[in-house]
Amino acid sequence: MKRSPLLTKLINAPYILWSVLFIIAPLIMVIYYAFTDRTGAFTLDNVKGIGDYLSTFILSVGYGAVATLICLLIAYPFAYYLAHTGTSFQRTAVMLVMLPMWMSFLIRTYSWMTILGESGVINSFLGLFGIDPVTMLNTPGAVILGMVYNFLPYMILPIYTVMTKMDRSLLEAAQDLGCGKMHCIRKVIIPLSVPGVVSGITMVFVPSVSTFYITQKLGGGQINLIGDVIEGQFQTANNYNLGAALSLLLMVMILICLGVLGYFTDSEDEGSVLM
Amino acid sequence: MKKFFAFLLIFVILMSACIFPAFAYDYIEFSEETVNYYKNLGLQGTKLNVYNWGEYISDEDIDVIKEFEHLTGCSVNYTTFESNENMYSKLSGGGVSYDIVVPSDYTVEKLMSEGALQKIDFNNIPNYEKFFDSERYGYLLEDTVNGEKIKDYAVIYNIGTTVLIYNTKYVKEKPDSWSVLWDEQYKGKVLMFNNPRDSFAIAQFMLGQDLNSTNTADWDAAAELLKEQREKVQPSYVMDEVFVKMESGDYYFAAYYAGDYEVMVENNPDLDYVFPKEGVNSFYDAFCIPASAQNKKGAEAFINFMMEPEIALANAEYIYYATPNKAVMENSEYSLIDSKAVYPDDGDITHSQVFHNLPNDTLQYMNTLWMKVKGGNESEWVYTAFFICITLIAVVVIIAALHKRKMKKYYDI
Repeated sequence: MKRSPLLTKLINAPYILWSVLFIIAPLIMVIYYAFTDRTGAFTLDNVKGIGDYLSTFILSVGYGAVATLICLLIAYPFAYYLAHTGTSFQRTAVMLVMLPMWMSFLIRTYSWMTILGESGVINSFLGLFGIDPVTMLNTPGAVILGMVYNFLPYMILPIYTVMTKMDRSLLEAAQDLGCGKMHCIRKVIIPLSVPGVVSGITMVFVPSVSTFYITQKLGGGQINLIGDVIEGQFQTANNYNLGAALSLLLMVMILICLGVLGYFTDSEDEGSVLM
Repeated sequence: MKKFFAFLLIFVILMSACIFPAFAYDYIEFSEETVNYYKNLGLQGTKLNVYNWGEYISDEDIDVIKEFEHLTGCSVNYTTFESNENMYSKLSGGGVSYDIVVPSDYTVEKLMSEGALQKIDFNNIPNYEKFFDSERYGYLLEDTVNGEKIKDYAVIYNIGTTVLIYNTKYVKEKPDSWSVLWDEQYKGKVLMFNNPRDSFAIAQFMLGQDLNSTNTADWDAAAELLKEQREKVQPSYVMDEVFVKMESGDYYFAAYYAGDYEVMVENNPDLDYVFPKEGVNSFYDAFCIPASAQNKKGAEAFINFMMEPEIALANAEYIYYATPNKAVMENSEYSLIDSKAVYPDDGDITHSQVFHNLPNDTLQYMNTLWMKVKGGNESEWVYTAFFICITLIAVVVIIAALHKRKMKKYYDI
C-alpha cells in the first residue's frame, strides 16, 4: 500500500516542525549572534576574539580524544565479551551499565569529588596503611576519569548492539576457511563492528569536548576547557556574541574531527551511523 | 498476596513520610494587627515572582514563603540564582518577569542605569521606617545613578564583607595579609572565588588599586598578579563547594564571604578568619522591583514582610549575614550578635571598598583577562602537542590511503 503524499507530509510535519524550531532556529541564532555586536550591527570582532582561545580549543579536543580512546579500549573488549555470554547475564550486565544513568549526571560527578578528595574515600583508605594522601582531585587525570566514567555507557551500548546483531555464520565461514582466532577478530569482527564504534566515538567525543561541569567540579576550576569558556561568556561575562562565535567554531571543529573519522570508515561500510 | 502486602506496607510508609512533615508545620502567631494588615492588602489570588540567591531565605523551622502565602493569600513563585551576572543576564534577556530581584550593590547600579528598576513606594513598606538601621547602614545607599537616589530603588536585605578563612590546624601563624595566598608552601591548598570581580578585588587590594578602576593598565597588573598566583600555588576556583572543601580540611585557605565563615566554623572548629590589612570588599544585597514587574503591590508587601521582626530574625539565623534590621539586633535570642566576623568592631577592618558598576568596555576587558588567568600559561606545550598529533594523524591517513590503493589494485587483478 502506498501512502498518499499528503498523508506522508502530515505525518512528517511534527518532526519537521520540531527540527526547525529546536535545531535550525537555534543554529541560525548562534550564527546571527556570532557575527553581530551588542547593538546588533555586523562585525567580525567576535571571530577575531576567538584567537585568544585557540589553545583552549586544542586542549579540549585533546582531552576529548584521550577520554574517547580510553572509553573505546574499555568498552570494546567488554562489549565483545558481553555479546558472547549467556542471555540472562547479558541482560543483567546491560542493566548494570545503564543503571548509573538513572541518576543525575550532576550528582554522579559531584560524588566523585568526595571519593577523590584529600579526605575522601580513597585517601582515608590509604591512610589506614599510613600512606600520605595522594592529590587526585583537580588534576587532568580526575577530569579524564570524570569523562570516561560519565560517557562510557554511550560507548558500550552501540558497540554491544552491533556485536549482538552480527551474523554468526560469517564467523563460522571464516573459521571454516581456516581463519585463526586473532585473524577472525581482525578481519571479521572489527570491520563489522565499525558502525557501532563510530557512533560510540561520536557520542563520547562530542560531550567530552564541550563539557564544563566535569572540569569545574573535578578540575577545581584549574583546568579550563572550551565548554567553561563558553559557559562563562553566557553566564558571567554576558557576552553572547563571543560565546556564540566560540560555539560556532566548536561545532565546526567537531564536524572536522568526525569528518576525519568518517574518512576511515565510510568506504568500507555503508552503515556508519552519524556521519 | 505476600507481595501485595509488601507493596501496601511500602506505600503506607512512603505516604506517611510525605504527609507528616506537612502537618507538623506550625505557623507563627502574628499579632492581630499584623494579620489584618496583610489580609487587607487584597493580594488574595495574585501571583508573585521572587528571584533570590540560592539558600538565601529561611525555609527550615520557619518557612518564610509559606508564612507569606498564608498571611496574604498571594501565591509565590520562588526561583533562585547563583551570581549577579547570572541574574542580570536572565533579567535583561527578557522573556521572564520578576516582581522582586535581590542584586548586590554594583548590579543595583547597573540595573538602575539601564532603567530596569522602578521606584519603591515606601508608603507600602511601613516596616522600613521602623526597623531599617539607617544610621549604621544608610550611607551604603547615598549614591545616585542618573540623578536618581539608590535608596529610592533598593531596600537592603543583608550586608557582608569578604574575609580570609584559614585552618588553624595547618596554618600556625595567624596571617594578616592576602599575600599568604601567594605563598608557595601552600601550593594546592588555596581556594579562590570563581568569579572575576571578587577574585580581581583581592589582587587589586594587594596592588593598592581602586576596585572600580576603569584604567586598563590597572586591570592588566591585577591579572598578572593572579596569573602569578595560579602558577605558584595552583588555587582552586570555587563558589559553593568552598563549604565542603574547607570543612573537610582539604584546603587551608579560602577567600570567601564573612557570613559563610560562621557556617563553616560550626562544622569545623579549626577554622578561623582574618580581615586582611590590605582591605576587604564590603557589599550589600538589596530587594529591588524590576520595571517589568507585574505585581508591584505584592512585591512591596513582600519586602515589608521580610522586615517583620520574627521573619527577619529567622532569615538572619538561617543566612548568617549581617542584617540591617534593628529589631533583630535588639533581640536577645539572636545567636550571631556576638560574632565579630559578621558584625566587626570599628577597628577590625582597616580598609574596605565597595563595588560600583563598571562601564561595559571595562567589564568585557576584565572578563577576557579572567579567562586568560584561568586558562593558565599552557599555550606553548599545547601547540607543540597539537602539531605532533596533526603530523601523526596525517601520517596515518597517508599510510591508510596508500594501503587502500594497494588493496584495490590487488582485488582489481
